[in-house]
Amino acid sequence: MKREQFKEAFKKKKAFTHALKTYKKKPLHQIKQPDVPKGLYEKCPSCQATLNKSHMFEHMFVCPKCDHHMRIRAIDRIGITVDEHSFVEKGFGYITLNPLFQDHYEQKIVEYKKKTNLDEAYIYGYAEIKGEPLIIGVMDSYFMMGSMGSVVGEKVTKSIEYAIYKKLPLVMFVASGGARMQEGIYSLMQMAKTSSALKRLDQQGLLYISVLTHPTTGGVTASFASLGDIIIAEPKALIGFAGPRVIEQTIKQSLPEGFQRSEFLKDKGMIDKVVHRKDLKDTLSKIIRLHQGGN
Amino acid sequence: MDILQKEKKLDALINELHRLDDEAAIQSIKQNIENYKQKAMRSLSAWDRVLLARHQDRPNAKMVIEGVFDDFIELHGDRAYEDDKAIIGGIGLLNHQAITIIAQQKGKTTEENIACNFAMPHPEGYRKALRLMKQAEKFNRPIITIIDTPGAYPGLGAEARGQGEAIAKNLFTMSDLKVPIITLILGEGGSGGALAIGMGNQVLMLENSIYSILSPEGYASILWKDSSRSKEAAEAMKLTAYDLEEIGIIDDIISEPLGGAHRDKAQTFESIKNKLSEILDDYQAMSQFEIQQERYKKYRSIGFFQRFNYENLKGVVK
Repeated sequence: MKREQFKEAFKKKKAFTHALKTYKKKPLHQIKQPDVPKGLYEKCPSCQATLNKSHMFEHMFVCPKCDHHMRIRAIDRIGITVDEHSFVEKGFGYITLNPLFQDHYEQKIVEYKKKTNLDEAYIYGYAEIKGEPLIIGVMDSYFMMGSMGSVVGEKVTKSIEYAIYKKLPLVMFVASGGARMQEGIYSLMQMAKTSSALKRLDQQGLLYISVLTHPTTGGVTASFASLGDIIIAEPKALIGFAGPRVIEQTIKQSLPEGFQRSEFLKDKGMIDKVVHRKDLKDTLSKIIRLHQGGN
Repeated sequence: MDILQKEKKLDALINELHRLDDEAAIQSIKQNIENYKQKAMRSLSAWDRVLLARHQDRPNAKMVIEGVFDDFIELHGDRAYEDDKAIIGGIGLLNHQAITIIAQQKGKTTEENIACNFAMPHPEGYRKALRLMKQAEKFNRPIITIIDTPGAYPGLGAEARGQGEAIAKNLFTMSDLKVPIITLILGEGGSGGALAIGMGNQVLMLENSIYSILSPEGYASILWKDSSRSKEAAEAMKLTAYDLEEIGIIDDIISEPLGGAHRDKAQTFESIKNKLSEILDDYQAMSQFEIQQERYKKYRSIGFFQRFNYENLKGVVK
């Protein structure tokens, strides 16, 4: 009897290690870049200048000619923000399901998984910025516009709970089109879920910095993105609850220039700071250091 | 043909009948038509329920407050910018117990609707609701919120004054209130505008109300790029009370008289009142900590996904 049990346990262990091996991520340089034209050069979407792709990482994905902040993959964001080799990803293995049985949703998810080599639109883990430990969470707007469904909501909540458990500051890079329509009411409820987790973080007296990047709209703006102790935005990022197209349809006139951009929101008193991508690392490390008594 | 069109046609037929002479024949045909009508109303599609939820004669928040609560006193303003008429709030009595009531108000006439912005709140409205909720916590009054909104208002002023932040702050604060919150969805419950006052310990829905992430029209135009397919979208979105109860998003359904709440308002208010007082009695035995925990756990557990782990591998890999 005992022998059979051992046998079974051994089988299980073997299966688990096998699954884990096949599950492991590819190294960084092997990840395909999605939605970017193939070849050595790409065009700046703002000033149309031709830029050498191999230099983009050095320029932090900012156009050297017109300072346009390009949309950026989550993995690159972590690369330019945290200390080298300090990032440890947490929260593997979430599987997106199709709760409302919408047509073509599963196929779409599979497509995006292949395209971006991510499980979902959010990754989080432990990292260090200039030696300061923190929990970092990054949304990837290339995965279905970074929309928040059940899995993203759960992972965001898990990252908050991980920060509470480790008693470390939490930094979140937000880039999202809002709630994921295919998951309907479940997506809406993720707003309540993430906000109540942040309340617990707040009660523990921990620091939460949210960095809003282009674009931050919809249900994400109306939950964890707006609840930072300190809210930082990148220049000219679109930030708002209702999308500009919806507003235009409602008020039946075109919107003023710069409406819903970071500078506009800073003037209206909605965010603390607009920081250039090159200064972001310094600013974050400074803020974290200041919250630990300035050592 | 949806339910409202069917109804109109049948009423027209009845009027036609009066031209006949034979009284007995008229009676029997009338009875037949009535039977058919009742049968149609028992088998409503999701789109029919959307139409009933938006029905012109459906009781609005002020009528419900008048019908269910006693001695209601309305309180105004967010103490920062202005008074939003889309959200009304105040204190009233339910079975001699003081309650804070927060509700989204739809108008009955065009002027009323323009005054309350078709029940689409601005940030001031959410901030007023937040103020009243904190007040309720201070005086240990239970909170009852009544939801009836197409959604938050997408306008210039609302964005400039931080609509997203106002909703987020409401969710943030509601998650930790020490008093019970009971949410009643009266007609339409749309998007963040509804959730901003709807994070209740108990969420109740009237039988013919709807609750969704956005309107069926919006859903069809975003996902299918075709806003005329809204009927199909209503079916696909699972927005009726029965669908939502099945997946555990809401806790209970309050039944309406046959054909919708506007057919017999007194009966609707009676059943709302009974349900609310029943639930409030349950909460009187609970401590503040238990109430907080219950609400936190309720929202923490909502989500539909799987996680890859050791147990899930059983049978999958051999």
